[in-house]
Amino acid sequence: MSTPALAIRNLSKSFGRPVVIGLDLTISAGEFYALLGPNGAGKTTILRMVAGLLAPDTGTIEIFGIDVGAAPVAAKRLLAWVSDEPMVYDRLTPLEYLDFVAGLWQVEPSKARKEAESLLDLLGLTAHAHELCGGFSKGMLQKVALAGALIHDPRLIILDEPLTGLDAGSARQVKDVLLEKVAQGVTIIMTTHILEVAERMAQRIGVISSGKLVAEGTLAQLRSAIGRESTLEEIFLELVAPPPATP
Amino acid sequence: MMLRPATLPWFARHELRLAWRDFIAMISGGHRIRLVGFFAGGIGVYALLHLIAGSLIGPAVAAGIPDDKPTLAMVAGVGLLFFSVMLSQALEAVTRVYYARSDLDLILSSPASTRTLFAVRTGAVAFSTALLSALLASPIVNMLVVFAGPHWLWAYLVLPASSALSVAIAILLTIALFRLVGPKRTRLIAQILAAIIGAGFVIGMQAVAILSFDSYSRFAVFGSADFIAVLPGLDNWLWLPAKAVMGDGTAALVTALIGSAILAAVTAFSSLSYGQLAVAAAGVGQARGRLAKTKNLFLGRSSRDVLRRKEWRLLQRDPWLLSQTLMQMLYLLPPALLLWVNYGEGAGAFVVIVPVIVMAAGQLAGGLAWLALSGEDAYDLVTTAPVSAGQILRAKIEAVLAVVGVALLPLLLLLALNDWAIALVTCFCAVLSATSATAIQIWFRVPMRRAMFRRRQVASRAATISEALVSIMWAGTGALLAIFSWMALVPAVIALLVLGAARALSPKRG
Repeated sequence: MSTPALAIRNLSKSFGRPVVIGLDLTISAGEFYALLGPNGAGKTTILRMVAGLLAPDTGTIEIFGIDVGAAPVAAKRLLAWVSDEPMVYDRLTPLEYLDFVAGLWQVEPSKARKEAESLLDLLGLTAHAHELCGGFSKGMLQKVALAGALIHDPRLIILDEPLTGLDAGSARQVKDVLLEKVAQGVTIIMTTHILEVAERMAQRIGVISSGKLVAEGTLAQLRSAIGRESTLEEIFLELVAPPPATP
Repeated sequence: MMLRPATLPWFARHELRLAWRDFIAMISGGHRIRLVGFFAGGIGVYALLHLIAGSLIGPAVAAGIPDDKPTLAMVAGVGLLFFSVMLSQALEAVTRVYYARSDLDLILSSPASTRTLFAVRTGAVAFSTALLSALLASPIVNMLVVFAGPHWLWAYLVLPASSALSVAIAILLTIALFRLVGPKRTRLIAQILAAIIGAGFVIGMQAVAILSFDSYSRFAVFGSADFIAVLPGLDNWLWLPAKAVMGDGTAALVTALIGSAILAAVTAFSSLSYGQLAVAAAGVGQARGRLAKTKNLFLGRSSRDVLRRKEWRLLQRDPWLLSQTLMQMLYLLPPALLLWVNYGEGAGAFVVIVPVIVMAAGQLAGGLAWLALSGEDAYDLVTTAPVSAGQILRAKIEAVLAVVGVALLPLLLLLALNDWAIALVTCFCAVLSATSATAIQIWFRVPMRRAMFRRRQVASRAATISEALVSIMWAGTGALLAIFSWMALVPAVIALLVLGAARALSPKRG
């Protein structure tokens, strides 16, 4: 069996109250995985721990067999993180931003510049390549951030609500780029509140509620788990519904 | 009390409520005990200032305060220094009335009168400027009242008058800038102007003192016989504010009346264009200027170099920061002038330069370190890059210290040409000061948006206070080392103690 793209074992995190509780999760290489859950369920906390932005209280995280805690720099080389708030500098142009990210990941200069131009073209940003990002809309910033995530050719891309605030055209562009990456063998983990996107794009779906993984599988597996033909929205609402109050 | 919505008193109450809540949140940080501590500490400091003022004013009153031209000239000079700072603050605040978005978009999109809003906001600027200056001046005025009589209370009327005048001038300057350079550049130029006005008058006076009177005191010029001889007679109306400060009731009333009338007239006139200019200012954020293709800055370099270059590029492209940095650099002009004037004439005069350079190094490093460490807009990106945390930190520290070095190097070289020993002492203490300020910023770093630079002090008062204290102590060490006094050990030890305390108080990192 090949090394999984992501292997999480017994992961826990608490901020005064437990936010992630004993999570086990394995995602295969080349898989498109959607992580769903209500607000405050712990999705972003899990992903931030995977990206090395938060230290877990307990548990281990391995990216392609590399322990994030023991060898963070080696793990980060394989990873790209795109948060819901685009991490872009107001006073750099998109091209300069991509050069900066490529510089951080030590991408070979001639390859980086070619890739930057190609990504800007792919995401419809070529006309804005030499404008400062400070005046960009949220959607444009999100696309610049996504281009930054792709420029160093990561093997695992983690996206936290990447489609929030995007217009239909931009959302389509982003989805197409992500699907193309998966076709090339890249692993993608994405959180989203747009269940339709998860339903259409993800090969497997995990549902988090109160810091625990309450269900996981393909859409068909989730349907069979609740025992009837339902939409993902119905499945999701049933899985995350609070237990009925005892009289 | 029910007020009719969107009227002047209604807006005034709304603004006052927001300002009060902001103030309380800033002071308390959500902890009631801090609020109590702040007020208790504030009262203590205020009482101490009264004691200091009393110890200075008591003997002066006993010796008699003459009502003559030299005294009025000195009072007017001090008043002008005060006014230049007021005008600088007002210009900065008035620019924000046009540019700060927060609730402006909501109000501009409502049917409420923009003229009313403008009147309330400029009134608030005048009020807060007057209040702050009253707080600063009150220990002196109160002690004058105690020692020399209640007629000194008239001096308080000069504060709102000066504040009103400074706001009126600031409004006219801002509108003139809008017309001359357009909304895109107005904010930047106004901020640079504010920095120059704030420091410029002080520096100008020092420069005159250095060139004409061989003294480093900014007040020397006001006491010179040549200067007093060219001033108008005591019956001239230009003396009104100075006479008002000295307790002349009629002069105080006339000054207050003139100040208020000017502000009212300027507000009424300027409010007509406020809505239009505020909308133009709102468009600036959306405007997308095209830059010329820049040469490759980041590719093919080490990760540390990439991070350093990013800091320098952002700094270079941040006009607002430029004005803040300019302010620090302006204070270096008098020492530079002193060096120039006294070139080759011995080391005595240069001793006064040492603390100024050391202090500037600390303040500059503190501000830049905040930007590089806490004001990292792409914190997640840099943290997820395959670079160790230690390397990131080192790259940022190098970026900060390099800028400080470049800023101070010309002065240090000039100083070395005059007296290499003093240059060495200055360099040594400037490095200590800059390193200490950077260390404090490392210990207290909290990720914030770069745009929050103005409010960085709010994030940690302990960091702000210890940074200022340490800079002052290293400046003192430098000054005493320059005269080869063993007393230099005292401020040096205090600086180390403050650093230790700051380290102990800093939040623990997991």
